[in-house]
Amino acid sequence: MTVTDHPPVVRDALPPEPPASVAPRRRRKRNPATWVRGGGLSNLIFLAPMLIVFTVFSWSPIVQSVIMSFQKTNLVQPATWVGLDNFERVLSDPNLGTAIVNTLYFAFLALLFGFPIPLFLAVLMSEVKRGKGLYSALAYMPVVIPPVVAVLLWKVFYDASPNGVFNTMLGWVGIPPQPWLQSAATAMPSLVIEATWAAAGGSIIIYLAALISVPPELYDAAEVDGAGIWRKVWHVTLPQLRGVLFIMLILQIIATSQVFLEPYLFTGGGPNNATLTILLLIYRYAFQNSLGGDYGEATALSLMLAIFLGLMSWAYFKLTERWSTN
Amino acid sequence: MEHQLTTSVSSDAAGRRALIGDTKPRRKKVRKSLDDEADRGVLSEHERRRGGVRASMTGVHVVLFVGLVVAGLGPILWLAKAAVTPTQDTLQHPFELWPNGIDWANLSTAWNDVHIDQYFVNTLVIAAGSWLFQVLVATTAGYALSVLKPKYAPILNMAVLATMFIPAVVLLVPLYLTILHPPVIGTSLLNTYWAVWLPAAANAFNILLVKRFFDNLPREVFEAAKTDGAGPFRVFWSIVLPMSRPILGVVSVFAIIAAWKDFLWPLLVLPDPAVQPLSVRLPAVQSQTELDVFLAALAISTIIPVALFLIFQRLFLRSAGLGGAVKG
Repeated sequence: MTVTDHPPVVRDALPPEPPASVAPRRRRKRNPATWVRGGGLSNLIFLAPMLIVFTVFSWSPIVQSVIMSFQKTNLVQPATWVGLDNFERVLSDPNLGTAIVNTLYFAFLALLFGFPIPLFLAVLMSEVKRGKGLYSALAYMPVVIPPVVAVLLWKVFYDASPNGVFNTMLGWVGIPPQPWLQSAATAMPSLVIEATWAAAGGSIIIYLAALISVPPELYDAAEVDGAGIWRKVWHVTLPQLRGVLFIMLILQIIATSQVFLEPYLFTGGGPNNATLTILLLIYRYAFQNSLGGDYGEATALSLMLAIFLGLMSWAYFKLTERWSTN
Repeated sequence: MEHQLTTSVSSDAAGRRALIGDTKPRRKKVRKSLDDEADRGVLSEHERRRGGVRASMTGVHVVLFVGLVVAGLGPILWLAKAAVTPTQDTLQHPFELWPNGIDWANLSTAWNDVHIDQYFVNTLVIAAGSWLFQVLVATTAGYALSVLKPKYAPILNMAVLATMFIPAVVLLVPLYLTILHPPVIGTSLLNTYWAVWLPAAANAFNILLVKRFFDNLPREVFEAAKTDGAGPFRVFWSIVLPMSRPILGVVSVFAIIAAWKDFLWPLLVLPDPAVQPLSVRLPAVQSQTELDVFLAALAISTIIPVALFLIFQRLFLRSAGLGGAVKG
């Protein structure tokens, strides 16, 4: 009778004997034939596609980006080490301040519009008894439209003439036509409205999933304590969503600090640099330079942005860690 | 690389990572939310029967429904209408239904004269290749890391996961230079689809999804197959792949949608208009195209993603709840 045939209680009481004492282990000789027979070769064959694409297109570019930020590279002459020159030049670029302020402004407006609206809609949608699938599908529709098409379509909507789509709609309720993308003051909010419209569906689906997992007993208990509808939302629903809300907040900060498509396609950073964002600035350094790409400056700036984003993620993990231990 | 260089307020490498912690349970819950009702929500049965609550819930329903139709469906319907409307009508009376008749010729002009046909095919080729390489890399790597488990698997696992912490923007320039001067081959990949397909395949999120799925497959099946004399290739092809259809569906949706949406990366590595996808060509042709034809081109570019969504709605919404990150 072997150890494993004992009933569970006995097995727990008696630690199994180490197999080494049953049959003395023989150290196998390492040679190519045993390696192949042991599955070493087939392991490598299955790993090869991943190893190749990750080495060439992920791991080595990551290392390269650190190296390049300390070099001067323009593809014509061989790269030379320049120390912190790239960082100094980026930090003294008057456009950097503008880009940072604009990106923060975009992130702020995106939070202002893009955080409460999907949450509010999701809470309402979760109370719908029939046809929830239809509601989810309608809400998700804008996410399915390719972003480039969405931006180009909204550019038509934002036509500043009184007959433009949005200006006509404003006319119905007696609001005068707006310049939308044409003026420095309204350009950024216009970008954010489109971005919020395009992304809200995804957030709604995530909130809906989280709302499903709120334990119904909590609502029952709140009712026993005499809580009304709003108090239930405030004291049960929102605290239960705290985790996913925080995740979405961090995600949105990380995404908005890399915003590129909207400013690039809507306004090209204009009018008068009012929508120049950090990523647009990186793109200009590297790919829109008449003197040839300044890859050093571009990688230096993206490295600084990445460090900021890394700090964000780190703070996020620290905070969630503290919350989960409390 | 994460292939999401076109960051709208949307997906991102770091974003995906944050949500993986609870992928497994969430997937089931999302499906539940779509198929059947939860036991209860904020409102109790008792409250639902109260007159005031009932009336305001009806009001909420109507507002919610109208709002979602206007915001979700409105722009698409307007685009469909504008695609077959003469330019002047769209400009002067954007909300009137064809005051001067329907102009079907917009669609054929866009398709033939603006060469949307060619860009459409380019987009299909890019999406198909990205899908193929992403599925190939994710399934083989997932199988090796989860089932074969060589001794060094944990190290590789860490190295793959670590790339999810790197924002895509860091890779932009060095990856572009890698495409210009790839190792070993010695010839530039610029203007070839390899430049889009291969970086897209280096997607850590896919590998993680597939590996987690494989981790939960019953080990007994593999053991039984092994005792029956099946080698690692046979087990992969005849047992693991057929069992992993659900997760392959999710990875496929992510891959195809991401390829259809990607803008910045193909813009950089495919400078030749003849090989560019729709997302890159549409902004470029805008200035030389009449508005009605351009709107027809936009409408044509939207058809495939919208059709895919309508057909595979459940899979899309499940994936959206799962990744959270691939909101776009």
